[in-house]
Amino acid sequence: MNIIANEVPTGDNVATAPVALSVVGISHSYGQRRALDNVSLTVPQGEFTAVLGLNGAGKTTLLSLITRLFDTRHGSISVLGYRIDREPGEALRRLGVVFQARTLDLDLSVMDNLLFHAALHGIGGREARRRANAALTDVGIADRQKDKARNLSGGQMRRVEIARSLLHEPRLLVLDEPTVGLDVASKIAIVTHVRKLVRERGVGVLWTTHLLDEIEPDDNILVLHLGKPLAQGIVRDVVAATGKDTLRAAFTALTEAPPPGEAP
Amino acid sequence: MSDLTLDTPARGFTLGQYLICLRGIMWREALRFVHQRERFVSALVRPLVWLFIFAAGFRQILGVSIIPPYETYVLYEVYVTPGLIAMIQLFNGMQSSLSMVYDREMGNMRMLLVSPFPRWFLLIAKLLASTTVSILQVAAFLVVATLWGVDLPPWGYVTVLPALVLVGLMLGALGMLLSSLIKQLENFAGVMNFVIFPMFFASSALYPLWLVQQSSPVVYFICKLNPFTYGIELIRFSLYSKLDIVSLAVVVAATTVFTIAAILAYDPARGLLVRRGGGPT
Repeated sequence: MNIIANEVPTGDNVATAPVALSVVGISHSYGQRRALDNVSLTVPQGEFTAVLGLNGAGKTTLLSLITRLFDTRHGSISVLGYRIDREPGEALRRLGVVFQARTLDLDLSVMDNLLFHAALHGIGGREARRRANAALTDVGIADRQKDKARNLSGGQMRRVEIARSLLHEPRLLVLDEPTVGLDVASKIAIVTHVRKLVRERGVGVLWTTHLLDEIEPDDNILVLHLGKPLAQGIVRDVVAATGKDTLRAAFTALTEAPPPGEAP
Repeated sequence: MSDLTLDTPARGFTLGQYLICLRGIMWREALRFVHQRERFVSALVRPLVWLFIFAAGFRQILGVSIIPPYETYVLYEVYVTPGLIAMIQLFNGMQSSLSMVYDREMGNMRMLLVSPFPRWFLLIAKLLASTTVSILQVAAFLVVATLWGVDLPPWGYVTVLPALVLVGLMLGALGMLLSSLIKQLENFAGVMNFVIFPMFFASSALYPLWLVQQSSPVVYFICKLNPFTYGIELIRFSLYSKLDIVSLAVVVAATTVFTIAAILAYDPARGLLVRRGGGPT
């Protein structure tokens, strides 16, 4: 089953809303194993887009390509109009990222982690400290700024990582399974905060997950399975197109069906 | 430039922003060094053990004839000091390599690699940071060595600085290159056995090469191929305010080769890790 549920702009078909991220025809292999196969995706500014997939779907590979940890060999990726392969500096300065693995330096304080990140974006001195203070206040961790990162809980670390990813005021935020391993309260706090960023600051968000309860009916989703895009569009349209009642049922139907192009 | 509508014009980075980034990377390396006191202590203890014990034991049995840059007979402690300085920098370079492998496994490395600054700049900034830390370690060692009675020319403490920068960069670049080749932290023990010890012992650190040549022409040939030998000699000569052109040329060439190879290894398009099916995560 392969569903394009509505007119989601991809690549050349640019949406009326400004495009934060454009992924066109991306494929990637690890040796002989194909991890992504012709994936296209658009994240408009001020919208929440989710990539939904089970473990091994290719979500982390997709984010590694978007953040240029891996080189793009097939297809193209643009952040706010800048190609990641041709102008990586301009693309990366407009991109905030929260990886699935914890990336804080545990031996440094919360504030030092943020100041280091600011320096990696060419922001220093009082301006860096001002932004770090504001970002930590936003995520409710301002009182822990002098603590070493290793003394924070998993949820607090994640909130610091989100604060850090916003220091350079990116227009696109990509988060790779940011709620994995967190308790319910932390999970809700993080999802709520990121959705607020979308609403109030107009940040385009790309959120990868396998947790269906993080998705809302108005979100754009891309269902990825074994590296192949199975469905794309607004959640309720994708659900309707599968003939199911819920996203869970639709997701199950999609991921249990044979991959597109193969005989059932 | 993309065919999509651009968000805002490309701004690039100013020199000031490059300096902020460089300072940030050096500052983080310094903070980590300060926080890891045992790293500083072990970096200092290792050469001091050699100086206090090994050199004392060998003083009477290992004669050092008058060879450049020395103008008279020198005590074995004096001879071995440049080798121990280079040893500090060698271990620091490998420690930095270990730290990069650890950062990669823990995920910290990703934050460095997704910085918008050019990757070559980020890696060179990291090299400079590692070199600065190694020079601080050498300074601490020289203070103790001087108090122990190692007699060096007063100006030598100043003229050795450029040599320390070059040798620190060469060994740091080698460490960075190795870090790109090591897939897991557990494999790092191999570096100790196959890189650090052979490099140190197959060099002029502990004994002059003419002595080695008398004992074994093959080992002498290996020592002559070892860039670490030239790093030691560059330091040895510069401690006496002299320049050994051959050593300088070899160290500069090796630094260039190692640095370019490390930058290529960390390049997402050509990276060795990517070729192996992984990635610089």
